[in-house]
Amino acid sequence: MQSDTIMALRSRIAALEHGGGRVSARAALPFGLDAIDRHLPGGGMALGAVHEVAGGGPEVEHGGAAALFVAGLLARHPGPVLWILGRHDLFPAGLLQAGLDPGRLVLVQARRDALAAMEEGLRHPDLAGVVCEVEGRLDLVASRRLQLAAEASDVLGIVLRRSRRFDDPALVAPSGAWSRWRITGLPSPPPLAHAPEVAGVGRPVWHLELLRCRGAESATWTVEGCDAQGRLALAPVLADRPAAETAWRRAG
Amino acid sequence: MVIAAADQAARALGLCAGMPLAHAQAMVPDLAVLDATPAEDAEALARLAAWCLRLSPLTAPDAPDGVWIDVTGCAHLHGGERPMLTLLARQLARHRLAGRMAIADTPGAAHAMARFGSKPIAVVEPGGQAEALAPLPVEALRLDAQTVDGLRRLGLERVGQLAEAARGPLARRFGDIPLTRLDQATGRAREPIRPVLPPETIMVRRTFVEPIATAEAFTGVILTLVGEACAQLEQRGEGARRLDLVFERVDATIQVVRIGTARPVRDVRHLARLLDERIETVDPGLGVEAMRLVLPSVEPLAYTQRSGDLAPDATQAADLSELIDRLVNRLGADKVYRLQPVESDIPERSQQAVPALALMAKGAPGPPVCAWPRPARLLDPPEPVDAMAMMPDHPPRAFTWRRVRHRIARADGPERIHGEWWDRPDEVAAVRDYWIVENQHGRRFWLFRQGDGVDPATGELAWFLHGLF
Repeated sequence: MQSDTIMALRSRIAALEHGGGRVSARAALPFGLDAIDRHLPGGGMALGAVHEVAGGGPEVEHGGAAALFVAGLLARHPGPVLWILGRHDLFPAGLLQAGLDPGRLVLVQARRDALAAMEEGLRHPDLAGVVCEVEGRLDLVASRRLQLAAEASDVLGIVLRRSRRFDDPALVAPSGAWSRWRITGLPSPPPLAHAPEVAGVGRPVWHLELLRCRGAESATWTVEGCDAQGRLALAPVLADRPAAETAWRRAG
Repeated sequence: MVIAAADQAARALGLCAGMPLAHAQAMVPDLAVLDATPAEDAEALARLAAWCLRLSPLTAPDAPDGVWIDVTGCAHLHGGERPMLTLLARQLARHRLAGRMAIADTPGAAHAMARFGSKPIAVVEPGGQAEALAPLPVEALRLDAQTVDGLRRLGLERVGQLAEAARGPLARRFGDIPLTRLDQATGRAREPIRPVLPPETIMVRRTFVEPIATAEAFTGVILTLVGEACAQLEQRGEGARRLDLVFERVDATIQVVRIGTARPVRDVRHLARLLDERIETVDPGLGVEAMRLVLPSVEPLAYTQRSGDLAPDATQAADLSELIDRLVNRLGADKVYRLQPVESDIPERSQQAVPALALMAKGAPGPPVCAWPRPARLLDPPEPVDAMAMMPDHPPRAFTWRRVRHRIARADGPERIHGEWWDRPDEVAAVRDYWIVENQHGRRFWLFRQGDGVDPATGELAWFLHGLF
């Protein structure tokens, strides 16, 4: 009952935001994880919107996990992808393992014109998504303009924020983007109880933070990184009780 | 009879143009001699000038042995001025032509550098023509033999000396030709090039009663010109691959905007938009009195069936050519690309950039899925790190990268990659051992060690960071 009221209010607000134009619910790209999809308005990453994604802590410089997160999203959304970067350091074999076929990528190398190229891409409805790696500032006017371009075409826009500084104030400055995400690697769970000497590297565990989102509160999740189809998985609560250990004991 | 021209082999034997034929035949008894045919030469030169239209909308034959090419605003389409000349030299060589070429701010300077410069390919920096010309002999200024002789008698052998000499007495003695040539070469006087166009080239032109100078006015004219050109293209069943928009300014100079398209196009809206985006690069000066649109390169373009809404064709690939055209014209052809997998185990060699539309037709083949995890970011070149590890096959305990120490909590490896000795003889023994490591905070790195840790021939055991997950 209550959720119906909220949905009605949300659609009215959405209608107001679009100048009374479109009232239809915005399409969204679900994560396939109930916990996240239920939290997000529309049930996933909103299409026709610009989202900011960044790495956390020292990972903000290269944003490896952030790039894999983005690759995982686009893996589940078919169509060509425009990926704009300042310096070519993407490794296609890594993206493929997150489910994004590098054959779908059109890469653009641009620094000063990066945002202009992104806007150009966002206006092109045949694209599945546009990723733009922005180092440093993204001002309110530029991000608002990108958001408007995305709304007109229903393309998924992602600004991958990078910075040489760990705690760059530019990354927390307000922007016109729909949502803001931060992805940080977490230490792997402790080794299996029956084989403590094998401290191998398994599926990565990420701290996924939704810092800001229109129509939703900020939230955090602990997830396992993208699989070969780009799907995330909720990680078992690892801090105090590794899942594998209990399974082992029960079996014994 | 005298020799009109000598080829490379003849010049190597000491023969040169202007030498009496009898003298030459005495030097080389079995000399092959052909009658000079100036009319045919001029015709061939005009053909060559038309062929050079691939580089620029403005080319002109320069009898007897040269071609002018006005490359204003065209070099970026070929990756810059020097790459453009290298490309031209390669294409000429394919037609069995040897040539010397130069780019400079002025036709005169380019003419001199191409004929008298020390290198076969010369690019004079903007504004550097006076300096570049100074050491050249005075013949470089396109003067007749009598004038050159007179100048030499005065001790003026080099262009630099001529430039420093007092102008008054020179003009009284030799007329204004040497000084005009000098000024044309250094850029103090203007010198137009009279261009050639192959007769079948589509060209539309608009002259204005009053000079125009605003972007809005240009936009309007562009739309008219493109509309007319596209109508002609449609009649001929062709699409444009290259367009040159020439702005004729009131001060008798021109500005050129050149755009290229990834595939033949005759869509007025698309072409007009590509041209509009480049208006800002045009300096209208005191005004533009005429604009002409030239289509030096066209290709057949058939009508295509567009599927209607009732029969949506899902297999039809998304058409990105318009988007790619706009990005290429804004950023340059080498900045928009796709990745093609290359069969190589060495990570940095496993991908190759190809022009964005090259793979559109057949669809890019995906790289093989790698069983081992691969990072999302690859550092190229790999960055050296200080690492502590037990030999030969233990992961490092810790490493220092960019002055930050990372203690390693988890590691997987080694994954051994051998050098490609079948392609590169110096990699015959080279080995890299890759490790995926995770530091105490959960950050993952891709490290490798040169060498297998046992045989020093395989590498010097240095550690590198190659990628980040």
